Amino acid sequence: MAGLAAVFGSGAMTNSIPEIENNDVLFVIGSNTTETHPIIGIRMKKAVRKGAKLIVADPRKINLVRFADSWMQQKPGTDVVLLNAMMHVLLKNNLIDRVFILIRTEGFESFKEGLEKYTPEYAEKITGVPKQDIIKAALLYGNAERPAIYYTMGITQHSHGTDNVYAIANLALMTGNLGMESTGVNPLRGQNNVQGSTDMGCIPDQYPGYQKVNLSAIKSKFEKAWGVKLSNKVGLTAMEMMGAAIEGKMKAMYIMGENPVLSDPDMNHTLKALNKLDFLVVQDLFLTETAELADVVLPAASFAEKDGTFTNTERRIQRVRKALNPPGEAKEDSVIIRELSEKLGYPMKYNFIEEVFQEIGSLWQAVAGVTYGRIDKWGVQWPCPTLDHPGTPYLFKGGFPRGKAAFTVVEYKPSKELPDEEYPFVLSTGRHLFLYHTGTMIRKGDALSKVLPEAYVELSPDDANQLGVSNSQKVRVSSRRGSIEVKIQVSKRVGKGMVFIPFHYKEAAANMLTNTALDPIAKIPELKVCAVKIEKI
Amino acid sequence: MVNLTIDGIKFTAPDGTSVLDAARRHGISIPTLCHHPKLTPYGGCRLCIVEIKGIPRPVTACTTPVTEGMEVTTINPYLEKLRRTTLELILSDHPNDCMVCEKAGDCTLQELAYFYGLRENRFLGERRIYTKKDGNPLIERDMEKCILCNKCVRVCNEIQGVTAIDIAYRGFKSKVCPPYERDLDCEFCGQCIRVCPTGALTGKMWTLKGRQKDIKEIDTICPYCGCGCNLTLNIRKNEIVRVTSREDTINEGWLCAKGTFGYTFVNNPARLTKPLIRIAPKNSNELRVTSYELKNKKDSEDLSLITRHSSLEKSLVTRHSSLFREATWDEVFDLIAKKFTKIKEQYGPDSIGSLSSARCTNEENYLFQKFMRAVIGTNNVDHCARF
Repeated sequence: MAGLAAVFGSGAMTNSIPEIENNDVLFVIGSNTTETHPIIGIRMKKAVRKGAKLIVADPRKINLVRFADSWMQQKPGTDVVLLNAMMHVLLKNNLIDRVFILIRTEGFESFKEGLEKYTPEYAEKITGVPKQDIIKAALLYGNAERPAIYYTMGITQHSHGTDNVYAIANLALMTGNLGMESTGVNPLRGQNNVQGSTDMGCIPDQYPGYQKVNLSAIKSKFEKAWGVKLSNKVGLTAMEMMGAAIEGKMKAMYIMGENPVLSDPDMNHTLKALNKLDFLVVQDLFLTETAELADVVLPAASFAEKDGTFTNTERRIQRVRKALNPPGEAKEDSVIIRELSEKLGYPMKYNFIEEVFQEIGSLWQAVAGVTYGRIDKWGVQWPCPTLDHPGTPYLFKGGFPRGKAAFTVVEYKPSKELPDEEYPFVLSTGRHLFLYHTGTMIRKGDALSKVLPEAYVELSPDDANQLGVSNSQKVRVSSRRGSIEVKIQVSKRVGKGMVFIPFHYKEAAANMLTNTALDPIAKIPELKVCAVKIEKI
Repeated sequence: MVNLTIDGIKFTAPDGTSVLDAARRHGISIPTLCHHPKLTPYGGCRLCIVEIKGIPRPVTACTTPVTEGMEVTTINPYLEKLRRTTLELILSDHPNDCMVCEKAGDCTLQELAYFYGLRENRFLGERRIYTKKDGNPLIERDMEKCILCNKCVRVCNEIQGVTAIDIAYRGFKSKVCPPYERDLDCEFCGQCIRVCPTGALTGKMWTLKGRQKDIKEIDTICPYCGCGCNLTLNIRKNEIVRVTSREDTINEGWLCAKGTFGYTFVNNPARLTKPLIRIAPKNSNELRVTSYELKNKKDSEDLSLITRHSSLEKSLVTRHSSLFREATWDEVFDLIAKKFTKIKEQYGPDSIGSLSSARCTNEENYLFQKFMRAVIGTNNVDHCARF
């Protein structure tokens, strides 16, 4: 999100889900949409049925490829080259929007020069995608009237993830494909309320509503509202906190509803960090792997046991309603936080949960017009500054929050760890349709988990032959950081030289293997590319 | 726009509308079992037959587009007799077991049988008997109750794009099945269950959990991915017994496997019910957890204990009690307050960090960061999944 925010001044999906079916070209890159966002996948298929062209760029032959007019199987980690080559083609064919570039963007000239060397021929060498496919995809996108780009972690979980996002933004900017209905750049958020928790300021440099903690005017606004002195020092990101814990600078942590032991890269690193803490509080539904390391574990209520709101990937604020009582003495997270706060001498007085939302609206204009009454049946998409504002289905209609959007010169940087003789395969990790994250919610023994009871590694038939392994055979997959034992699934979904492991299984945790190399700006770990070897057991 | 008359009343309808849609739009109901507004018209159940002036025989309203000056009759003794006979034919090959059927009370076929007063059946004879082939853990396929309306086939193809099932064989032997009559191997989105007009398709997990009339419905939002699908939790006795979705929502009533079947964690007996305080020494369990993670065999043994209901309590107690003891909320709050205050005094507020959750609500996330910033005094607040 940091990437998009830097370019446009706001980092969210620019369009909304119902607009998908009116796209005439959909460019899906680094998103296995039908598995990670199945309902958005349904809308995409609907668009295709209505006549839209679908371009898919993915190292795996994902299900969406069946519906695609063009599929580019780029090597993992080479997205920048692919995108730059597409832009090179657009430039050569003059399929750019000069008026848009002139009026609404800056930095085009230097960006244009930067594209010179990214010819389709050069890209074919690096990405492995035939040049005619790149040209075809570029022309499809360039000639479209209402094209939109969709991406997820396949773009961002790289040590150069922000560069990937810049490249996508460049593509949309040079063709003027922004600020209109069904036309834009759409990062699909992976979790029910990841948009909301970012909006709410659960990030180290921003208060709710993307207001910087180190700007004194903003700080004093929040100091006034909360009645306390606040710190203007930008905090640490999740990965930096783990590092600080290992160095002994971080002494205590409070973790609410997260399971970093399984979800963060390099499990041993995370375990070491959390074990080094003097005091760890974990608040969760279950005794997760992270909770097992805690000094105090607090039982929390699930989504069905509380009132409140979630904000989905298209910025739509929707009502969550209490349907059940929490089990035993478990309490809603909001109640736990408030009671704890009171113990620490700062009572947070709210009569009902909507008062919290009203307070948010008083501090962040974009949601000031949202009330529980308004979103009783249908959610509203922020920005929605006043009670009579209808909400905003697509962004940047009149311009960008930062004024002119900036082109960024993006150069190809190879992933931090590439295959070599010792570790010859590229490992990518991801989600599976039936499973979700670290398995805290879909648990062993649940009906859903029975569909896919065991971890697997996808391996291409060629590589399987060469290694002399067959379906369901157990192998050891190792990287420089660890190794796991897992069953082979021979599959044409992955290309030669690539393997894929879903990251949900704790008995074969893919994140034992992954690399903690971080993107320098977004601080996101490189979960999509690392080098591994496969050995028979 | 087209002018037409339905049952003697003049209406206008847009070009290309079917007679069925035109009639429904004006509040005239025509019975049907195979029609779904989001799927292509099928004309299979023959219940929506209507008479149109100038056409000698009745036609199906769902597949007939409106034309200028059309005069439609939707109800008369002849049509009702035909419908009654058609229903009788359908029911002649349908198990008469509404008393144990999951769908009873919420079943279109049962509703129609009731309104047409069908108790005796003139066509009793040979019945289709199916051997069940469904090892899948999610979708119950009771094909003897299938009336071949083809809705499941169409939704799987037209909406989900999976084409996992189709109608095999012909005539009396026709049946809906996966290729080669294998077991269902699909995305398990449950779209087919949602459109099934009878009890042929239901969820295995909601067997004997309560029929629709006993259910309290609460609308909320799905806790999985970022699509923000609207869920309707079907609640009975403080338990989610199934999940449905209204059609007038962002997800148009469609859900995925996780949305439909992924709710059991809420009522899982392994949920934490009391605050816990650590009794085991720290660090000793770094090894414990790592070895626990790595030794597949040991792990699966441990987990099979959890799944086996009888030994559930025991396995949980051992897992907890070696590490933690139960405590009261007052006790844990005092402990946390004391520790945080001490660490803050000794090392400064920036020595305390926090991770919030993309699972929790906006309000909870807001309060969480407010707590860290206003009470602890640090901006060390992040969440794992902010990218």
